[in-house]
Amino acid sequence: MATDWRPTASIDTLRERARLLARVRGFFAERNVLEVETPVLGHGGSTDVHLASLSLAATTPAGRERLWLQTSPEFHMKRLLAAGSGPIFQLARSFRDGEVGSRHNIEFTMLEWYRPGFSLDELIEETAALILALLARAPGPLRRRRYRELFREMLGLDPFGIELDELRRVAGEHGDLDMQGEPRDGCLDLLMSLVIEPELGREGLDVVVDYPASQAALARRHRDPEDGAWVASRFEIYAQGLELANGYDELTDADEQRRRFAEDNAARHRLGLPEVDVDQRLLAAIEHGMPAGCGVALGLDRLIQLALKRQSVAEVMAFATPNC
Amino acid sequence: MANYSTNEFKGGLKVMLDGDPCSIVENELVKPGKGQAFSRVKLRNLITGRVWERTFKSGESLEGADVMDLEMEYLYSDGDMWHFMKTDGSFEQYAVEKKALGDTAKWLKEQVAYTVTLWNDNAISVTPPNFIELEVVETDPGLKGDTAQGGSKPATLSSGAVVRVPLFINQGEVLKIDTRSGEYVSRA
Repeated sequence: MATDWRPTASIDTLRERARLLARVRGFFAERNVLEVETPVLGHGGSTDVHLASLSLAATTPAGRERLWLQTSPEFHMKRLLAAGSGPIFQLARSFRDGEVGSRHNIEFTMLEWYRPGFSLDELIEETAALILALLARAPGPLRRRRYRELFREMLGLDPFGIELDELRRVAGEHGDLDMQGEPRDGCLDLLMSLVIEPELGREGLDVVVDYPASQAALARRHRDPEDGAWVASRFEIYAQGLELANGYDELTDADEQRRRFAEDNAARHRLGLPEVDVDQRLLAAIEHGMPAGCGVALGLDRLIQLALKRQSVAEVMAFATPNC
Repeated sequence: MANYSTNEFKGGLKVMLDGDPCSIVENELVKPGKGQAFSRVKLRNLITGRVWERTFKSGESLEGADVMDLEMEYLYSDGDMWHFMKTDGSFEQYAVEKKALGDTAKWLKEQVAYTVTLWNDNAISVTPPNFIELEVVETDPGLKGDTAQGGSKPATLSSGAVVRVPLFINQGEVLKIDTRSGEYVSRA
């Protein structure tokens, strides 16, 4: 069989893609958000237990060093914020090992932006405006959905209150697999992926808020007004069952951030996953003082896929990983 | 056999599931952006032909299945078993049970090559070629001058299959049939 050298996106699709990229830049130019470019390589990587970072060995002025390919441009961009950049955005190549499928590609384009002084609500509004600017047709109304309410509505259970054994049973039943010994968040993730996600964004944009505190990552936490349970100050936007964007009210407490990185690495150790070098420069920047505000990361390939009505991200990328 | 982990699952990989050999049809990664990954896998049970959808935790593994697809020519049936011979020049023969033969029974013709799927060296299924040429052994007489118009009638073929054919087809003619849809394609 002849070697398949052809692009996974047609040339016409790439023209459409270029037009949409220009629109993204126009959107931020109008709002006086500065475009920046930061390195894809860093001395620290993402410790997130569920992200597999790629690393490589490079010869630098310091000798032979291990450098990490970013899973998102978050760390470098936060260092710019701490240095007084003001609002910034970036179209950043990001890398996540093992993630290949109709909605994943190991190397992909993350559209990430930061808004010092913005509330989470203001950023939700701006993210929805960006999505609408790219989709040819308005997808319908924007609905705010609380994480907890979604589980109550679609599964009849309170994700925060339910006993772990019961949660494992329900998750195992829905996925038809054995969830004994699985952590709480793993069970919630399975139910989110299999039961809730496919129903999200069917008639518009669904914004999920108030995630479990354990899923805060680099976001602040706040009290749920209902019963005072801690929740993550985080949102995700879904359209047509596709997760498009993930936003945080950014954590600006260096000690808390250091503790979360250490917890991640401890969890990695327990699970037999490789530990990741903690980004000390990011911690130093937060220590110096990062302005309070919000930031969001949006999977641009997925948004382009929706805008152009394609079935997979590969169809809007010049060369998807299997063909690169 | 080797074990395969979820990140090695790809279309066509043969694995054991619930004691039956299966072929992976599709493997889709599902994962909330910041959450745990799972694999949503479609597998075809190679014995029943049924497609199963299963979810696996990332990193779970399945045992590989010793499954091979071989090209074999159909020889004859002794009533209990159907006999095929490898086309690689070895003259090695395999006997196939009625259950494994399944629907292919109605597309059998001597000296035609079929794909025989072996599991642990036993035949578990037989796939006919996409197109096969078979003789009409019984049908209503052909209608002259009816070549342009539509309309069809049943015809019994030499293999026993009954297919819809155009009205102008006569007994004794050899037809090209698509075995996947069971439809008439043309005169051979």
